[in-house]
Amino acid sequence: MLIRSLPDIAPSEIAPREVYEGRRHFLGQAGGIALAGATLGLLGENALAAAPATSGQKIAGIVKTRYGMEEKPTPYEDVTSYNNFYEFGTGKADPAEYAHTLRTRPWTVGIDGEVKKPKRIAIEDIYKLAPLEERLYRMRCVEGWSMAIPWVGFSLAELIKWAEPTGNARFVEFISLADQQQMPGVRSTVLDWPYNEGLRMDEAMHPLTLLAVGLYGEVLPNQNGAPLRLVVPWKYGFKGIKSIVRIRFTEQMPVSSWMKANAREYGFYSNVNPDVDHPRWSQATERRIGTGLFQRRQKTLMFNGYAEQVAQLYTGMDLRKNF
Amino acid sequence: MLLPASLQLAAVKRVKAVLFVIALLPLARLLVLGFADQLGANPIEFVIRSNGTWALSFVLITLAVTPLRRLAGAGWLAGLRRMLGLYAFFYACLHVLSYIWLDQWFDWAAIGKDIVKHPFILAGFTAFLLLVPLAVTSTDAMLRRLGKRWKKLHQTLYLIAPIAVLHYFWLVKKDITQPVIYALLLALLLGLRLLWKVLERPGRHSRLLQKSPIIR
Repeated sequence: MLIRSLPDIAPSEIAPREVYEGRRHFLGQAGGIALAGATLGLLGENALAAAPATSGQKIAGIVKTRYGMEEKPTPYEDVTSYNNFYEFGTGKADPAEYAHTLRTRPWTVGIDGEVKKPKRIAIEDIYKLAPLEERLYRMRCVEGWSMAIPWVGFSLAELIKWAEPTGNARFVEFISLADQQQMPGVRSTVLDWPYNEGLRMDEAMHPLTLLAVGLYGEVLPNQNGAPLRLVVPWKYGFKGIKSIVRIRFTEQMPVSSWMKANAREYGFYSNVNPDVDHPRWSQATERRIGTGLFQRRQKTLMFNGYAEQVAQLYTGMDLRKNF
Repeated sequence: MLLPASLQLAAVKRVKAVLFVIALLPLARLLVLGFADQLGANPIEFVIRSNGTWALSFVLITLAVTPLRRLAGAGWLAGLRRMLGLYAFFYACLHVLSYIWLDQWFDWAAIGKDIVKHPFILAGFTAFLLLVPLAVTSTDAMLRRLGKRWKKLHQTLYLIAPIAVLHYFWLVKKDITQPVIYALLLALLLGLRLLWKVLERPGRHSRLLQKSPIIR
C-alpha cells in the first residue's frame, strides 16, 4: 500500500494554498515514490491492473448492480461532451476541448481535519479500497437538464471508514485541484478557486453517495472529473465535485464555492426539489439530454426520484429554507 | 472599411439583396446542423440560444445604422435599416417559437407561469411584444400614414434593446462575459445618440458660456 501518514499538523495549517496550487511540485517528488511503489505492487499483487491510468481505458472487475435499471443511459457522446467543469471554461463544450491538459497520474488525495490522523492516499489505492460497482444514476443539473449515467465507483462511506473521522466530524468538505497550468479556466475569477463542496456526515455516509472513478465501464474522461469525483444523485449536479485532491472533516458547515458565488441562489443542501424554484428559473421540469429536438420536458422528481432512500435524512427540516 | 458617401439607387438595391441573403445564414446554419444531427447534446438549447443571439445582434446592427451613417457620412445606409430591423424581429420570432414549441411544447399553463414567476422570461417576452408594433408598421404605407409619429414609435427600440440585454443578463448562470459585451456595445450605440443630441441642442453654446468659470 502507498498510504503514508503525515505528521500530526494538518497540511492546511502549514500552507493550505500549497495543497492545491503547488501540488505539482510536491507531486514531482511524491510521484517518484508512488511509481516505485506501483512497480513493487505490480510484482507483489496483481491488483493494480484494476487502476488503468488513461481515461477511456476499460476498468476490470466491475460488479454490476441493479441501480437505475429502469433508466435508459444517456449516450456516451453526450455524457462526455456536455459538461460543466468551470476549471476548463464556462462553456458546455469547453471541458471536452481543454481538459486533455489535466494530468491524472500521479494523483493523491489528502485527508485531514477531524480525523484520527491526517493521511494521504494514492488513486491506485483508492481503487483497492472497495469493490468497484457500476451504478446507473440520474443526474439533474441545476440548469434544468438531466442525464442517466452509468458510473463506476463505490460508496463514499467506504473511504470515510478508512479515513477514521473523529466524533467531532459533522461535515465533510471536498476540494478540487486548481492548477492554472493544467486548468485554463482557473485563471478567470468566475468562481472562488479551488472549487469546494460539502456534505453533512449522514449524507456522506449514505450508501447512495458515490465516489466515482469511471463511467461506461471506463476510466473517467478528464472532462467528467478524472480521476476521482463525487456523485450525489439526489442533489443538483454541481454538488458532484470533480478531480478531488483533498477531503476534510469538519465540525462547521463548509461554505461551498457556489454558496460564496451566490448564497441566495445556491444553498448548502441543493437537493433536487421541483417545488423550490431557482430564484431565476423553474425547477419543476427538466430536459433529458440525448432525446433529440422533439422530445418534451419531463417532470422533475422530489430528491431526483431517490426520495424513498433519502427523504428520512431531512425529516423535520424546512426544505424551502434549507434549499 | 470605407463607405462611399453616396450610392446609385440600383447599387443600394444590390447591397440590400446581398445583405438579405447574408442575414439568412444563421437560419441556414441551424437547418444544416439540424439535418446533419450536429446540434450537440442539447439541441433545443442550441436552437433557442442561436436565435436569441441573432435577434439581439440584429437589434444592435439596426441601431448601428444611424451612427455609422453619420460617422461615415453615408446617407444611403438608411435604406437598409428597416430590413435589418425586420430581421431582428424574424429571429426574435424564431427564438420565441422555439421556446414555445420545442422547449415548452405549447404547455400554455407552464409558459404563463414562467412569464409571471421568472423575471428573465418576463423581460424577454416584454421585449418581443414591444417589437410587434414596429414590425407591423414597417411597410412604406404605414410609414407614410404615420408621418412624424412613425419615428417616435420606432424609437421604442431604444427601450427594447436594453430590456433584451437584461433578459440575457438574467439568464446566464455565472459567466456574464457575453451579456456584458452586448451591454457595452449597446451603451456605445445609445451613448453616441445622446452625445449628439446634447451637442446639437439649440442655444447650448450660449448657455455653456454663461456657466463656464470666469478665470481661465
